[in-house]
Order: sequence, then C-alpha cells, then structure tokens
Amino acid sequence: MKQFAAFIQKEFFHIFRDVRTMMILLVMPVVQIILFGFAITTEVNNVRIAIFDPSKDAATRQLTERLEASRYFTIVRILDSPDTIDEIFRRGEAQLVVVFGDRFQEKLQHTGEASVQLLADATDPNQSTTLTGYASSIIGSYQQELTERQGIPYRILLETRMLYNPQIKSAYSFVPGVMGLIVMLICAMMTSIAIVREKETGTMEVLLASPMPPIYLILAKAVPYLVISIFNMGTILLLSVFVLHVPIAGSFFGLAVISILFILVALALGLMISSAVETQVAAMLVSGAGLMTPVMMLSGMIFPIESMPPLLQWFSALIPARWYIAAVRKIMIQGLDLRAVWLELSVLTAMAAALVTISLKMFKIRLNN
Amino acid sequence: MREAVIYTEKLTKRFGDFTAVDHISFEVGAGEIFGFLGANGAGKTTAMRILCGLSRPTSGKGTVAGFDIYRQSEEIKKHIGYMSQKFSLYEDLKVWENMRLFGGIYGMSSRQIGEKTETILKELGFADERNTMVRKLPLGWKQKLAFSVSIFHEPKIVFLDEPTGGVDPVTRRQFWELIYQAANRGITVFVTTHYMDEAEYCGRISIMVDGRIEALDSPAALRQQFRAANMEDVFQQLARKAVRKVD
Amino acid sequence: MLRFLLEKEFKQLLRNAFIPRLILFMPVMILLVLPWAANQEIRDLRLSVVDNDHSTFSGRLIRKAVASGYFRLADVSASDEEALQAVESGKADIILNIEPGFETNLVREGAAKVMVSANAVNSMKGGLGSYYLSSILNDYAVELRKEAGLQAGGKIAPVITLASQGRFNPHLDYKVFMIPALVVMLLTILGGFLPALNIVGEKETGTIEQINVTPVNKFVFILAKLIPYWVTGFVVLTICILIAAGGYGLVPKGNLAVLYLFAAIYVLSVSGLGLVISNHSNTLQQAMFVMWFFTLIFVLMSGLFTPITSMPDWAQAITAINPLRYFVEVMRMIYLKGSSLSDLLPHLLVLAAFALFCSLWAVLSYRKNS
Repeated sequence: MKQFAAFIQKEFFHIFRDVRTMMILLVMPVVQIILFGFAITTEVNNVRIAIFDPSKDAATRQLTERLEASRYFTIVRILDSPDTIDEIFRRGEAQLVVVFGDRFQEKLQHTGEASVQLLADATDPNQSTTLTGYASSIIGSYQQELTERQGIPYRILLETRMLYNPQIKSAYSFVPGVMGLIVMLICAMMTSIAIVREKETGTMEVLLASPMPPIYLILAKAVPYLVISIFNMGTILLLSVFVLHVPIAGSFFGLAVISILFILVALALGLMISSAVETQVAAMLVSGAGLMTPVMMLSGMIFPIESMPPLLQWFSALIPARWYIAAVRKIMIQGLDLRAVWLELSVLTAMAAALVTISLKMFKIRLNN
Repeated sequence: MREAVIYTEKLTKRFGDFTAVDHISFEVGAGEIFGFLGANGAGKTTAMRILCGLSRPTSGKGTVAGFDIYRQSEEIKKHIGYMSQKFSLYEDLKVWENMRLFGGIYGMSSRQIGEKTETILKELGFADERNTMVRKLPLGWKQKLAFSVSIFHEPKIVFLDEPTGGVDPVTRRQFWELIYQAANRGITVFVTTHYMDEAEYCGRISIMVDGRIEALDSPAALRQQFRAANMEDVFQQLARKAVRKVD
Repeated sequence: MLRFLLEKEFKQLLRNAFIPRLILFMPVMILLVLPWAANQEIRDLRLSVVDNDHSTFSGRLIRKAVASGYFRLADVSASDEEALQAVESGKADIILNIEPGFETNLVREGAAKVMVSANAVNSMKGGLGSYYLSSILNDYAVELRKEAGLQAGGKIAPVITLASQGRFNPHLDYKVFMIPALVVMLLTILGGFLPALNIVGEKETGTIEQINVTPVNKFVFILAKLIPYWVTGFVVLTICILIAAGGYGLVPKGNLAVLYLFAAIYVLSVSGLGLVISNHSNTLQQAMFVMWFFTLIFVLMSGLFTPITSMPDWAQAITAINPLRYFVEVMRMIYLKGSSLSDLLPHLLVLAAFALFCSLWAVLSYRKNS
C-alpha cells in the first residue's frame, strides 16, 4: 500500500512538473465553460438588416422603428432601389432585407391587405429561419394591435412558456456537453498518453520489473487524472451555477453517481487505447479521432441526435458521452431524480463493466508478450 | 604550437545558480587530436555545445576557426562538424539520403555530393548499405556513419561527443582509425570520451572536474606529472576531488 | 539548400506509416459523416396536445398544426400535468394547451387563449418550435376571420401578408451550410497539427541538434517545413471539393481559382502557427495539448457551428484575430453566394497579414542556440 502511494505521488509529480500541460488541464474547462456559456450561442442579437421602403408612409415608418427598437436587429442600410439587394448579400453586409410593398398604409386601410417581403441570407438555414421568425412576430404583433384597436374578432391570444430554460439561454444545453467533453479529454486522452509515454521512453520496462503488481501501476497512473477530472467537474459546476446562472435543478447525489460512472468508462477507454498503440502521437490521434470527434459531433452536445439519419442515431448509441450528457441534462436542467435516468444509468453501468474487463484483459495480454 | 583554431578564455556557463562550465581557458592547434575528459556531469558536453554555437556562454571569451562564439556562431557552423552523444541522423532516411541532405546544407553541389558519397561508402565498406534505411543499421555502423557525415563537408574542426559510447572494442579501434585518417587530412579533432585507453590516442588531453579544467597536457606528460602508470590512474586521482554529484 | 531540405521533408512525410493515410482518409471520413451529424435542422417536433375544449375550432387547430409538416402528434394528454410528464420522459418536445371554451370565446368575446410550452433545454429547438406554432395560430386566425368576414361583412381587418424567401440556400439545407466550413476545419486540423508535431518531434529524436550545428539558414529551414504542408493543403482541398461535388452535388458558385488562392494563404497561417507551437514546446505531449487547446477555441469562435453575430461584443472582438473566422466566411461566400475576389478583398488582406505574421513568427521562434 505504501508502495502504491509512492507510485501515485510519482505520477502527480510528473503532471505538476509540466506547468504548461497542467495549466491547460486546469484552464481548459474554465475557458470552455465561458466560451460555451457566453460566446457559443445561437441567440439572435443585433443582426444587421437592411430596409427597402418604397411607400415611406406612417405605417412603414412605425414598423421600421419597431424593428430597429428590438434587440434582435440593427438597421445598417436603407436601400434606394431593390437592385442593390444581391450585392449587399454577396458582401455579407446584411443578413435580412425587409422589403415593404408600395402604398403600404393605403392598402392596409382600404383593401385590408398590405405586403412585406422578408429576404434572408439563408446560408445558415437556422439563423435565417430564426431571423425571419423574429421579424414576422414583430410585424405580427403590430398587426395584432391594429386588429385589437379596431375590435376585429377571432383573435387567438398566445401565451408561451419556455420550460426548464425560461430565458432560452443556450448555455443550458451546452454545460452538460462540456462536462462530457472534459472528462473524455482528461481521463481517456491524458491517461492513454501518460501510459504510452512510459512505453515509448522505455521506463515502463523498469517499472514492470519492480515487485509491484502491474495492475497497481496502471491504477497509480489513473488516480491523478481521476482526481483532476473530479476537480474539473467541480470547477465546471461552480462556474455554471455562479457565472452562467445555470442551476443544478435535480439531485446532486444523482449527478455525482452518474459522473463517477462516466469517469470509469473514460479511464477504461484510455487504458484500452494505451494497450493498443505504441507511440504518443498515435495515442493522441486515436483518442482525438476516436473519442473527441464523436463526443463533439455525435453525442448530442451541439447537434441534436433526433436530427441525424437513423444510421448515425444508432451509432451514437455506442458513444458513452451520449448517455452521460442525456442523463446530466435530465438531472441538472430538468430537475429529475435518479429514477428518471434508469436507462442511461444501466447503459453506462454495462459499458463500464464491459470496458474495464476488456481493457484489463488487453493489458494482461500485452504483458505476456 | 601550430596556429590555434580553438581558443577560450575564462569561458563560463551558468544555469540558474548551477555553474556547469567554470572559467575554462585553453587552446587547440590546427590538426591536433584534442581529448576532452571528465566524469559524467563534469561539464564536457556543455563546453562542447558552446564551442559549436548551440549554447550561448554566460561570460568569458572564445573563438572557433577564427570566429567569435558570441557574434559569429553561424560563421563558425560553416567550418565545423559535430557528432552528438545521442545518434542524431535521420533514421527514416536512407544512408545516401542522409549524406545528400547534410552535404546539401553545407552548400555542396549534387555532383560533389555524389562523388564524395561514393568515396566514403567505399572507405567504410558500406557500398551495399547505400539504400538501407538508417534505422536498420547496427549501432556500431550508425556511429561510423554519423562520423562520416560530420566530416562530409571537410570542415576545419570536428567535435565528437563520446563517439564510441556503447560500441564493442573492435569497432572502437576501427573508429579511431577513421579519426586518424581525418586528422591526417588536416581536420582538427576535438573529442570527449571516458574510455581511458582512448585518451592515450590523443595528442593532448584536458581533464575536467566540476566544470573546471584540472589538468591539460600530452598523455605522457600527465602520467609523469601525477606519477601514474596509466591514464586511468591520473583520472582517478583527479576525479576523487569532485564534490559535484552525478545524477 | 532549400532543395535538399525539401527532398528530406517530403521523403519523411511520404515514408511515415500514418500521415499519408491520414491525409487521404480523414477528409473522406469527415465529409461523408459529419455533414449528416452536424445538423441543427429542426423538423418533426413531437407535439403533445391538451385539448380542453373538444370543439370544431380546437380540432381544426390541431389538424392544422399537424398538417404544417413541422410537428408530429406524439401525445394527447388530458391535463397540463400529464403533458409535462410526456415532456419529462422525452416523449414530447412541445405542448399545445387549448383553454376550455376556446370556440365559444372566439365567437362571443372575439378572443380566446392557447398556451404553448416548449422544452427549452435545447434553446434553438424550443425557440423555433414555439415560433412555428405561433405563426400557425396567426394563419388560423386570419382564416377564421375570412370565413366570418364573408358573413358579417363588417369592418376590414388589416392583414399584412408576409412572404419570406431564403437566398442562396432556398431549401434551407443545413449540409450545404456546413460542408464548406468543415473543409476549413479539415485544413486547420491537418495543416496545423502536423507541423505542430514536426519540429518538437525532431527535438525528441535529437535530429534537430544535428541541424542546429550546421550553418542552415533559419528562414530556409522553416520554409522547407512549411512547403510540404502547403502542398498537403492543396491535396486535402482537392479531395474535399471532389467529395462535395460527387457526394452532395455541391459545387462552388464562385471562382475555383479564388478558392485555391485563399486556401493557399490560409494554410500558410495555420501551418506557421503550428510551427510556432512546435518551436516553443519541449515534448510532443505538450505540443499536442497546446495545439488542441487553440484549435478548439479557434473552431468554436469561428462561426462554424454557431453564428458570430449571436456572440456578445467582447467575443466578437476576439474573433477578429481568429484566421478561421475569415476563412469560414470566405468558403461559405464563395461556395454559396458566388462572391468574387473584389467582394472578398478585405478578407484577402486580413488573411494575407495573418499568413505573413505567422510564418515570420515561426522563423523568429526557431532558435538554433539556447
């Protein structure tokens, strides 16, 4: 036991001595949370729009003012002719052009129908849909006010409620994802690189020759990364609660259980990679391509799983982070308890059991060669 | 003594509060085989790296091949060859490709490189290994190849840092024959070693202890000075004075 | 001298067991898989309905919502609580709750209420879902008015008809949006990571020492390191363009030569940056981590996944020094909008400045002595 403690100490020394890597390990979660919380958002703010208004009457002026007043839009250009619209888009000067019909107010009052055209730069389909949506609802509420003032019947009053995330902050969907990503990065990638490094420099042979059972060596390698990832989890949770104001709505105990389970899975993956490859670069590339990319792209962290084709949905079921992120979302954001995540819990338990067994077997096989 | 190609005065290198090289002063004449001895950690490699322009000294003066070690390190590099302690040719290039690369870097033309490559391969008896990947060569061959590459461009001076480490005695003898051949062509040889029998092959030797030069003369003169039967004995007497720990 | 160094770099690159395969397969894998995964298209939202009215009007509203194509009726609940449970268990994304007396209120009082509750854990989905429902409600009200108007013949209801049109990507295909940007990501990863691992790799094997002791010119040495990645960049770009055209029928609307010009400048800056990191690192592990760290930030702050205009001002200011941001914009503009070189002149100048700065920095940070 004493020896084991000595080995763990040695691993900590290795990590702390490399200041740069250490900094990255500790700073990375902070930077990511801040980026995802504030910068990486799909919210629409102050988007540049242009207006073409051939009518120039009271109604169009009022509408223009309302568009400008909303926090979604900033009017950057008032166009003199519709011919310049294409050029404006091509140069990326505006993302939405609002084109009023002619004799707008007159038509609105007498025939009851006036027209507005919304031309959006749809290179980004979602952003353009959202922009068109906001513009339409500003125009729609103007129309609603007119109907109300004139006592027109058949008004459907809409009350909208945003469940779990009343301010519609995108941080709510990203925080669980960042937790999954960081654990994968530190536990799986770092552990595999640390073990392979000993193989590459030949120090592994020396260690294996010591009276310590090999399995303890591996555990000793894993413990510091386990500690660091638990520490990082703590940082992430503190930051998300106090800086991003994303509360932990559900049980903290549930969150801890599922996180530890996931850390185990990640460590086992790291060990597996380290048994399979011979060089640090290979370990890095395998964990980068085989773990990080799937976590970023296929786990539902950024892109919803429901939008994927069935084949990829099926594939994403194999990614541990997918289950972890789903469970964290339920517990942390939706405020459900452990019972609500029984499926995620059992899948992760099964994965942990399988991966730990396989990785230990692979490690033994390698020793015997 | 012949014209000095290496000259140092109170050359010093500190890393933090550790003085690796402590005020060393010496001269090496053209065409000489100069042995640079010392225990591990005595500062040999650091001193040699300063002379090669790989490391900047903290204080002191020095010239190599007539160029100042502070201001003209790139000029120095044109006139020297260097073989490091750790084998450092490209393992993923073939034998001839390594020669071509370094010949090219020193500004030789393709034709010159081609002719020189033929000569050297023949001299070393490597003709069949021309297309062998360097990674696949046995250690002794690698060392001989590394030496040949370091003098490929016929430098004025060649620095050899423990060139025969880990090689069998037969290969070591062959290696020293190569060194003599180079010296006969007028190349000054500056060599570190901790094989004391090799020290006897040198024209003059210096012995470093704890960053300082404690003795400097021909092997015969040193034996006499320390009343020793062989160089091993001279070395032991000096090394006992060391206080610096070797890690 | 350059010729000999280049021979060496290319031989080493091609002889590597791993890298040439990586250069060929990674673009294929990423471009064949990721466009399908990197999809934020919101379709087929699962609708839960709480109809407290059970009238003709409420039935019509529900049918209209389902017929819109945005929603799939996934659950019918008797109460709001029940519907919430459907959302919690993940069966439904959005709830449409119609008040009792919906029809009577509409006819008698002229107004009636409905409540929409969206699961906003994914803010995008919640936002778009409720917007779709609200526009369906609007349409429905106009429809009802028209029917009633024929009978009553009373006042004229002011209606503003909205026509919206998406330019450049009329089918709102997310893949079309992502592919040009994914190409940028590939060029960044391959053009950045490989150089980042290069010089520090030579440090670890010790070969850099043999180079440092030669009179090799720093500028020439770095140039010889950059050129192979430059060529790699062209290979990767060409593979990408072929896959985009063959696999997705996506061809650039703009000039292909302009595309290559920008890629050439861009790869110089990321490779330069990679070499800078390599120069400053002592071990491969360190270089990998630093590179990973910066790549992650650069990619996230490039507008590749989320729009830059959505970022707060301080974050937008940071993106100004992110070369990825400019190249992502350029790729999308050339591919989708057919922007010409003169439209892209500001981008060209900025990227050229980046390339110059990064390669110079790479030369300066390479030290032949310590």
